[in-house]
Amino acid sequence: MKFKLIGAAVAVLCLGMGAVTAQETPVAKREALMKGIGGSVAQLSGIAKGDKPFDAAVVKTALTTISTNIKAFPDLFPAGSEANSAAAPAIWENNTDFRAKAAKMGADADMVLASMPTDQAGVQKAMQTIGANCNACHQTYRLKK
Amino acid sequence: MASVLSKILGAGVVIVAVGAAAAWFLTKPDPHPDSYWANLGTPDLAKGEQLFWAGGCASCHAATGASGDALKVMSGGRALPSPFGTFHIPNISPDPKAGIGGWTLAQFGNAMTRGVGPNGEHLYPSFPYGSYARLPAKDVNDLFGYLKTLPASQNIAPPHELGFPFNIRMAVGGWKFLYFNDQPRVQLASADDKLKRGQFLVEGPGHCGECHTPRDAMGGFLPGKWLAGGPNPEGKGTIPNITPGGDLGSWSEGDITNYLETGFTPDFDTAGGSMVEVQQNIAHLPKGDIEAIAAYLKAVPSVK
Repeated sequence: MKFKLIGAAVAVLCLGMGAVTAQETPVAKREALMKGIGGSVAQLSGIAKGDKPFDAAVVKTALTTISTNIKAFPDLFPAGSEANSAAAPAIWENNTDFRAKAAKMGADADMVLASMPTDQAGVQKAMQTIGANCNACHQTYRLKK
Repeated sequence: MASVLSKILGAGVVIVAVGAAAAWFLTKPDPHPDSYWANLGTPDLAKGEQLFWAGGCASCHAATGASGDALKVMSGGRALPSPFGTFHIPNISPDPKAGIGGWTLAQFGNAMTRGVGPNGEHLYPSFPYGSYARLPAKDVNDLFGYLKTLPASQNIAPPHELGFPFNIRMAVGGWKFLYFNDQPRVQLASADDKLKRGQFLVEGPGHCGECHTPRDAMGGFLPGKWLAGGPNPEGKGTIPNITPGGDLGSWSEGDITNYLETGFTPDFDTAGGSMVEVQQNIAHLPKGDIEAIAAYLKAVPSVK
């Protein structure tokens, strides 16, 4: 009986910890950062295509999110955090290049921020500059889950 | 007694010989006759270039990491891992020694559509002739003409590294007997010209099914699973199900078209892995062709 109680207590504890770690794992954190970047690119794309009117504040927020998130991103790949994620083994085998690609995207976002686009055409150019980084990195470092 | 035994043995030898002859007949290389490749006229180079991009030639035959104009140097040399061993992609640049500069149209055409090499040997289906078989002779002529305009490379790729029994080329004849055909992969309920164009591009030059359709242990497509995805045959990860019952179920035709043009999914994720190059190739096609591919992908049988 005692053992059963202890067992149940341990099980509850483990479940609780599971719930906590699911929010806080490096995998969850880095996926949230990427979602933020995807959402920002969506905002820029809407303006570039003319689906949404040009809005300097929206553009600035999107660019800032991209810059902030991509700079934090490569630090969220501790050894052993490959399981249940779309991270390719190449991230750890080739970490210097992986970090260089993230840094390049950060620099590109900062460059666009420094000379803020002022119209739809400017956002189209910004999309080309920044968007090329997505494929360039995903080709090597992201697996389809 | 001895004569009975020898009769039985004799009969056995005859049966084996007949069986071997039948097996040879059913599995021997089977190129089109030379007349099939005659009188096709001057190649249309613009059409040839479209087939070059639709066919994704550069994704295998250009050097690893090539981009821009380097994608048009068909030097070969990339390694293609598979469950059967590692294939080393050959040089198909116009170099007469290292590449295909010395090939006739019949040799090129039979490689593309019959899986038969320039010396009459079986080619391994890692070269997707199982899809390219759907190209009419005229298209092959246009593509061959275009390839000849590309820069020559003297690179020579190493031989394939395959385990037994996959290192026996004759065995490919058995694979062809079981799996090779140039028939439509699926029957569409109704097919207007746009859908027919999409079907040609996806099932033929685009060779989408070569990755997106799951295979059995001998490398044949599983029946009823056309474009249903599965484990990545080249390594880790999975290949998405691109039928309406899979990952593309919630995408509109416009979403698919936009993805193939720009590389962005509807929620602004992007292509990854080898699909990055595929998407960049497809983006060279006229918009009408990309829309036809999208229409076809929405029309194929749904697989969960």
